[in-house]
Amino acid sequence: MFARIVFNIVQVIVVMLFAPLLAGTVSRLKEIVQSKHGPSIFQPYRDIWKLFHKREYISEQSSWVFRFTPIIVFVTPIFVALLIPVLTSYPLFFAFMGDMLGGGFILALGGFFATLAAVDTGNPYGPMGASRTRLVGFLAEPVFMIVFFTVSFVAGSTIPYIVQQRWVNPISNFFEPTHILVMLAFYMLILAEGGRIPVDNPSGHFELAMIDESKGLEYSGSGAALMKWGGEMKFFVLICIFLNVLVAPWGLARTISIRELAIAIPLVLAKVFLFVLTLVAVECSLAKLRLFRISEFLGAAFVISVAAMIAWVFAV
Amino acid sequence: MTYSAQSATILTQLNALAGAFFLLSTFGMVATRQVQGCLRFFILQSLFLASSAVLLGLHPLSWHLIGVGIINFINKPIIIPWLLRRTISEEVYKRREITQALNIPISLLIALGLTISAYYLAAPLLQVGAGLPALVNLPIGVATLLLGAYILTVRREAVPQLLGLLAMENGAFFASIAIAPELHLFVELVVAFDVLIAVFVIGVLTRAIHENIGTTNVGALATLKEESTR
Repeated sequence: MFARIVFNIVQVIVVMLFAPLLAGTVSRLKEIVQSKHGPSIFQPYRDIWKLFHKREYISEQSSWVFRFTPIIVFVTPIFVALLIPVLTSYPLFFAFMGDMLGGGFILALGGFFATLAAVDTGNPYGPMGASRTRLVGFLAEPVFMIVFFTVSFVAGSTIPYIVQQRWVNPISNFFEPTHILVMLAFYMLILAEGGRIPVDNPSGHFELAMIDESKGLEYSGSGAALMKWGGEMKFFVLICIFLNVLVAPWGLARTISIRELAIAIPLVLAKVFLFVLTLVAVECSLAKLRLFRISEFLGAAFVISVAAMIAWVFAV
Repeated sequence: MTYSAQSATILTQLNALAGAFFLLSTFGMVATRQVQGCLRFFILQSLFLASSAVLLGLHPLSWHLIGVGIINFINKPIIIPWLLRRTISEEVYKRREITQALNIPISLLIALGLTISAYYLAAPLLQVGAGLPALVNLPIGVATLLLGAYILTVRREAVPQLLGLLAMENGAFFASIAIAPELHLFVELVVAFDVLIAVFVIGVLTRAIHENIGTTNVGALATLKEESTR
């Protein structure tokens, strides 16, 4: 009981600590592939540290939404990290609070408040970015739904700890067409939700072309730091859901022991690193899509997820 | 579970996976604008067809199905693209088709509807008593048949239309390797050559059209033009 609470907190701390490292690694690897030198992989930590020590300016015209949004954006991935398997393959203390859909709703809450805050200040770029994010969001939502329905239909449950065992028990289930197609569809979703290259360019500095970044343009000081850190944690949490629930529970701690937990941390980070390699390959080989081609990209993801559903419903 | 039974289930799953990717590459053919991309998806589709034939041939070991796989592997992903590239000029492949009758998201949704109806069409056939592989291959084959017909209808460029025709052939093949695995190898060879000749004829025809009127947008060729007297 006590151990489960401690492990749950360790899980949250791991997400908080390593999320900026993930962002740094992705950008450094991308720069290396593009034969540039690039910033150190610890640069996001320095950025967050620097931002926390700067003065924060808040427009007098803005309302409470603007002030509370950084906190909500920061806290929602932490809540999700309490629910999902990050390090262990058994439920921890707070896991009873919600299933995968609950996690999805909590993450959506953060996105909702970020959108409101972008509209709140009246900065011309904020609402534009916010409406574009909603465009991507409402195209991504049906894919999310179908992926989660398919997964919970196959496993007979929406609890991530039951779902993850379904794919490797027996091992031939791993090669089920439904499994592979769901993985593919969710991978495309991560690209869309994380603001990655075929949908959005995370390293772009041109406000008119921004989708995800321009929502946080008005923030300064600790607000900006929390938004940045929260965004990185959201990405980390999404990757953890993908790798641990939808791909396979390999490398997670199986029993309640500190030793297994300590081994699980580097193993999970290695899994995330492998994912990052594929992400860098995708980002460096594709070009950003024009805004109205995004519907084709997510339409393809939708078709893949429905094909996964069909493959399950009709094959059995 | 014994070792051979376990490997059999894994082979069945891999065959189902090949089927899923086969279907996905057909969706890719529906969704790509570029002629080049369409051809690439066709090559992928044929590769998955060949791998499915080999996978089905592995478990009750049948050299016949493996032979079918090898014929397909040589014929469709290698010879047909080579033939198409030789007969039709390079400029056609770089072309991007924007005159499609329906836009791409709608096309994809229609493709989904066709796939689901293909599963319903195949359901009564499956109840006759088919083996495990037919459960995967027959509906996907029927779906690809319908999708190929859809590509033929919607596309206006000559090469994607031809590829739609070939996709239909691939779909029929994909179903047949599961429901009629004992078909004589000679028949398969004849079919392979038949397809090759069809590709060759249509390729030459397309080349002639391209040389005469400078486009392969055959959707625009709606009326017959009288040859003026010379």
